[in-house]
Amino acid sequence: MGLQPYLILSAVIFCIGLFGVTTRRNTIGILLGIELMMNAVNINLVAFARYTANAAGMVFTVFTICITVTEAALGLAIVILLFRVRRTVMADHLDLLKG
Amino acid sequence: MIEQLTFAALSIVLVGSALAVVLSKNLFHAVLWLALALTGTAGVFLMLDAEFLAAVQLLLYAGGIITIVVFAIVVTERLVGERITQTNMRIGGGALVAAVMLGFIVNVLRKSLLPATRPEMPGDLTRVLGQAVLTRYVLPFELLAVLMLVGMLGAIYFARPED
Repeated sequence: MGLQPYLILSAVIFCIGLFGVTTRRNTIGILLGIELMMNAVNINLVAFARYTANAAGMVFTVFTICITVTEAALGLAIVILLFRVRRTVMADHLDLLKG
Repeated sequence: MIEQLTFAALSIVLVGSALAVVLSKNLFHAVLWLALALTGTAGVFLMLDAEFLAAVQLLLYAGGIITIVVFAIVVTERLVGERITQTNMRIGGGALVAAVMLGFIVNVLRKSLLPATRPEMPGDLTRVLGQAVLTRYVLPFELLAVLMLVGMLGAIYFARPED
């Protein structure tokens, strides 16, 4: 089996995640969409690493996994702080800066 | 043959659970579907001979991220009172953007020349990965450690008790 099926699978998951990011109202839901997109990127990196016999792709997958975990922890900390201040986590209620 | 069947089954699980993540009305269910999607991704990593990455994926994603997301939902969700719909008015626009993006990527993939067979990897992939991280990529690795420390400090700062 070639490289192409893996890349198409990852593209489909990426676009589903993009759809989630653009349509969710809850900030945590938006974060879940971002996790899906990051996941698709990881599949891409590992597939390219395997089919070109180059370990660099896998090293970068380790890096992206760690960065995603940090991002999720920080994002959720911000969400909790936001809830403490505004009592809501719905993205379209957070319009304080809107003129 | 076995490879194609496994890939097809994994794809169905992955795409189905990813759709459930973005479409389900209940955010709790969405997180549980995300756990299934991340576990399926670990299966794809196993198919690509990356056993170490599959283990990291299960430990960090399916274990760590799911736990903190569930925790954040419990803290921020109003469990009593009215339930607000979880999706906004832009379903059509979002679907359009995602479909156009998918069409573009698939079009590019169809035109490009991609390897059809796997080359032999030199030895054990986990060993290769460990050696690469500690020799050629040691600077990004150390920077990553600094980044994670800063992230942890930031999270603790954000979550400090109100004074």
